[in-house]
Amino acid sequence: MTRKLQKETDITFHIRRYNPDVDDKPHWQKFIVHVEPGMTVLDGLHQIRETQDASLSMRYSCRMGVCGSCGMLLNGRPALACNTQIFDIASKALTVASLPNFDIVKDLVPDLTPLFSKHISTYPYIVRDDADEMLNPTGEFFQSPDELTEYLQFTYCIKCGLCMAACPTMATDPNYLGPQPLAQSYRYTKDTRDDGFNLRKKVVGGSHGAFRCHYAGECSNVCPKGVDPARAIQLMKRELVLDYLKLRKHRTKSAILGKPEGVKRRPEIPEAPCFTKE
Amino acid sequence: MLQDKRCPNSIGVWGWLGGGRWGLERYLYTLHRLTGLGILLYFILHILVTSSRVFSEKAWETWMGVFSSPVFKIGEFLVYVAFAYHAINGIRLILIELGFSVGKAEEPIYPYKSSLNVQRPLMIVSIIVAAVLIAAGGYDFFALAH
Ligand code: SF4
Ligand code: FES
Repeated sequence: MTRKLQKETDITFHIRRYNPDVDDKPHWQKFIVHVEPGMTVLDGLHQIRETQDASLSMRYSCRMGVCGSCGMLLNGRPALACNTQIFDIASKALTVASLPNFDIVKDLVPDLTPLFSKHISTYPYIVRDDADEMLNPTGEFFQSPDELTEYLQFTYCIKCGLCMAACPTMATDPNYLGPQPLAQSYRYTKDTRDDGFNLRKKVVGGSHGAFRCHYAGECSNVCPKGVDPARAIQLMKRELVLDYLKLRKHRTKSAILGKPEGVKRRPEIPEAPCFTKE
Repeated sequence: MLQDKRCPNSIGVWGWLGGGRWGLERYLYTLHRLTGLGILLYFILHILVTSSRVFSEKAWETWMGVFSSPVFKIGEFLVYVAFAYHAINGIRLILIELGFSVGKAEEPIYPYKSSLNVQRPLMIVSIIVAAVLIAAGGYDFFALAH
């Protein structure tokens, strides 16, 4: 992407503040930030904290678009503050607010608890009936590269909640599972090692599940990792419909590959350490 | 300790419309909802009005008189517009929801392309079909005055 060369300048940050100890509702506050090329919105917020108002609260950790903590509403659009160059979205002023569709804990900190609890409700892990093998594995589960590609895209989710904030269905139905959990339910359903579709379909096929999505597509537009939850949700709906019509192909879960036989361990490779936890 | 007090921050119906810098599909989504509600409203009115025939012929004729005014003619056309859009866009949505025209999962490479790009030709075709239906209906409604 070509970016215009920008000179350092003052930019007004309009920040939506809320302090649960003193405020009844959020209010806007103005800060002037001296912006240099290369500064992200998160850098700008740090500058405000360091030089103007140390009480400004935000959540961040990695500062490089990996941890998913710094989701905010920037100029009315959900984005990661650490992943957004100020000059890309503003030349004079910008607005920064907490992610909508999540309650505000303080200032720019949304309460992401509903995201995590909905995520957990969709069994976002490999479900199999061979518990013994899961606890004491005798080999690896077979999976071909093509099978991996069928769900790999959806594994990149960093649980930032931007998709949930952008979703218009979430805006009027707080019980809707939302793009992130639905995409993850598809990610595990499509995993050949998994056998949990029958468990998952009860949650994602319910009245607040996948069929509440009508493809506004905003989740995929705002996702900072290219996860494309909208695609995952439609593919999940296809699985649910096929299952309902009893047309869903039965897939045997991946076989366990035994340990390789007739080969010697290379001496420089140490044995795996013992389990530290029973 | 985490504060117990939270400030609700759901954007409600405003969230259907969004803040202005959204993709086209979001507006189609909103229009789909609004036209759906409009058709439902029409349907209820339609049942109420036609049921007036049960009471007397006079009641029926009075209602029909009311509905022959130009305002209602335009209203009727709007119902048709809503229907044409809702039907055609509905077909697009059914296809998409059955997993057609959203593409397969792929490795995300920046700048990201999504399933929205894959279904866009379908979206454009459905909008054109809806527009043609609306234009044809408009011709029938207004030019070929009955
Ligand atoms: S799907 Fe994308 S936008 Fe949604 S939580 Fe995961 S990384 Fe964030
Ligand atoms: S701080 Fe980790 S994603 Fe922004």
